[in-house]
Amino acid sequence: MSGALDLPQLVALASEGNRRAVGRLLSVVEQGGALADTVTSLTHQKPSAHVVGFTGAPGAGKSTLIGQLVHHLCQQNQAPAVLAVDPSSPLTGGAILGDRIRMDHLNAGQAFIRSAATRGHQGGLALSVPGSMRVFSAAGYHPVIIETVGVGQVEVDVAAAADTTVVVVNPGWGDAVQANKSGLLEVADIFVINKADRPGAQDTRRDLELMLELSHVSGQEDPTGYRPPIIMATATTGDGIAETWTAITLHLQHLKNTGQLEARRQARIRYEVLSRIEQKLQIAAKNALTAETITTNTSPAKLAQQIVNQLLA
Amino acid sequence: MENSTIRIVLAKLGLDGHDRGIKVVARILRDAGMEVIYLGIRQTTDDIIAAIEQEDADAIGLSMHNAGHLTLAPALLAALEKAGLTTPVIIGGIIPDQDVAQLTTDGVAAVLGPGAPAEEVVAAVRQAVNQ
Repeated sequence: MSGALDLPQLVALASEGNRRAVGRLLSVVEQGGALADTVTSLTHQKPSAHVVGFTGAPGAGKSTLIGQLVHHLCQQNQAPAVLAVDPSSPLTGGAILGDRIRMDHLNAGQAFIRSAATRGHQGGLALSVPGSMRVFSAAGYHPVIIETVGVGQVEVDVAAAADTTVVVVNPGWGDAVQANKSGLLEVADIFVINKADRPGAQDTRRDLELMLELSHVSGQEDPTGYRPPIIMATATTGDGIAETWTAITLHLQHLKNTGQLEARRQARIRYEVLSRIEQKLQIAAKNALTAETITTNTSPAKLAQQIVNQLLA
Repeated sequence: MENSTIRIVLAKLGLDGHDRGIKVVARILRDAGMEVIYLGIRQTTDDIIAAIEQEDADAIGLSMHNAGHLTLAPALLAALEKAGLTTPVIIGGIIPDQDVAQLTTDGVAAVLGPGAPAEEVVAAVRQAVNQ
């Protein structure tokens, strides 16, 4: 891409609905560094759209579900944006971003779909996802949907960036013991059992219900009385899509009514600031840790403390 | 932007379902460190233009096995020009030798035939993007 970047102009164009400007700004944010920081400064005061995160195992049907949801929203004359995140190769940095295949032929509506790679670098996604959300919000997209494979740190970073987190599971994914393991299921505001036309969907529903009941027994339930709904869906036919959207809007209403929306957004900013600090400190630490400082005789604990002392001095 | 990761959109245009080759190319480009936005089969020029804008892609790779390259490739080039986009287009697949010159004249950045080695595919994309 050619030419110097006039970021304020790009932001102005984006807020007038210029898609190419939005696309360009997202690239700047993904690239990170000083230019990305400038985009943050130019967009952070615009009101945030409702950010909805979709997560779940590979092949659970997240992209197909989101594709149908976007179609549903476009028919209601809404302008949804999607950030579909796929992993980068830790070896080459390359990525195959294949989520658009499941969100086919949506260009007639007002939707904007962007594929992003995790790009491996430390805290990368934790920094670029909130930045991308701000670009979409500034450009007037609503709601803004983030899709991630529900594995590891990426999913935590994304849950931290979302107002509402939807966890997608399938029939036959596991039993009641799986449902009570820590992780993915704890971050859910809404469950969607996708491929619900397959055998075992009711068993899966029962296991999730039981897990939610146990949250009540152990005192882990939401203090405001919110209980994550369980939606049965078959994304390929469109079954359950309208119900999913209703559940998402009801959850937003609940967040607003209870004052949790502000609390979540404050927590989101806190998480982003901490991620930024971590990234800066990590770079400083890597620079301080030269090859000469490390020998086989070095105590790793002592050396780490020395470098921290040196950085904080 | 210099030194940034190359983002390339790969698609099959029109009525063409032979996607084995393009999937191999997707893997080759991924392993060369690029971000491959894979659109799949039966795409329209509008689908591709929308993807280029939204993905801020640096290049387009088209796979063609339906003998429609002399119609569909110029149609895409015209659509790009109309949209004010200068994104380079690289074509792979079954393209008869005598049609390559015509496609190049029309504005296609590179034409890759069957059996093109991975290095050649990667080099063609890098060269098209950096021109």
